[in-house]
Amino acid sequence: MIVRISTEGQYELSDADAEALNELDNEAVLACESGDATAFHATFDKMLELVRTHGHALDEDHLSGSDIILPPPDVSLEEARQEFQGEGLIPG
Amino acid sequence: MPGLSGRMSTVVKAKISKMLDRAEDPSETLEYSYQKQIELLQNVKKGIADVVTSKKRLQLQTEKLQQQVVKLDTQARQALAAGNEDLARVALERKNVAQTELQSLDSQVAELENQQQQMTASEQKLRAKIESFRSRKEVIKAQYSAAEAQVKISEAATGVGEEMADVGLAMQRALDKTENMKARASAVQELEAAGTFEDLTQIGSGEDDIDRQLRQLSSTSEVDSELAKMKAELGSGSAPQGALGAGDGSTTEGSGSGAQEQAS
Repeated sequence: MIVRISTEGQYELSDADAEALNELDNEAVLACESGDATAFHATFDKMLELVRTHGHALDEDHLSGSDIILPPPDVSLEEARQEFQGEGLIPG
Repeated sequence: MPGLSGRMSTVVKAKISKMLDRAEDPSETLEYSYQKQIELLQNVKKGIADVVTSKKRLQLQTEKLQQQVVKLDTQARQALAAGNEDLARVALERKNVAQTELQSLDSQVAELENQQQQMTASEQKLRAKIESFRSRKEVIKAQYSAAEAQVKISEAATGVGEEMADVGLAMQRALDKTENMKARASAVQELEAAGTFEDLTQIGSGEDDIDRQLRQLSSTSEVDSELAKMKAELGSGSAPQGALGAGDGSTTEGSGSGAQEQAS
């Protein structure tokens, strides 16, 4: 599964890691909905960390679309609230 | 639809399919797409130039303020030596304001430096993707039938299109931050224009609006302790030396800065 961290780059992530990412994403959505900035940033940082450490960075000249696109690392809660809604990153 | 991934991907894909629909001929699509990529790359370069210009402007302001700090300090000493404690206090209050400004300028210059690096990295990434797209399009044009080419183009265009959207986003964020700093920089310029950092010898005996505002802005305790320190340094032996210098700055270390020239 290809994951992009906005403004940073694309990573190839295993299905197991994508599953872990999805769980964190659900937490992030909950934090967003309750307006808890501290919880949101803590969870979102974990998501970034997971992708950066477990993911394999794609070459710069690699040409393919991403399955998941994460917001930029410096996203604010306010911006995230507009994006992280409903089902979260991975539908279904 | 779910969160960001869905939304952003949808926007990107919609834009790309619109682009692909526009041309019936695959090679035309390829050229159009390539042209768009080159345009974006030019925009990124302009964006970087914009950030560099803002950074240089802030650096110039920093230098000017540093000179002001030295000058105001010297003037405070001169005023104190001349027995004019009120004037010395005003000088120290202004020095205090200038120092606070300096600290915030320093962090802004660092932030812009960071922006510049990020945008330069984005530019390199986009350039690599465009180059990859360029060679891919030559292969597609040479090897595939029109129908097959359409599929291959779609794949390649999605990859490069997403990168383009992402670089666009990165650039927008960097420029938003730069805009905030520009506003800050012009606020400092307004302070200068309002005479906040001007040569104190030009000030009359009366207290004006700026003085009152300054008093509120600057930390009184800091000014007090600095004044006391300065007094101790000067010692009790220093007799009044008449009025404060005429402002020619001939005895002032580090003078000859912008504001002094403006004031004369």
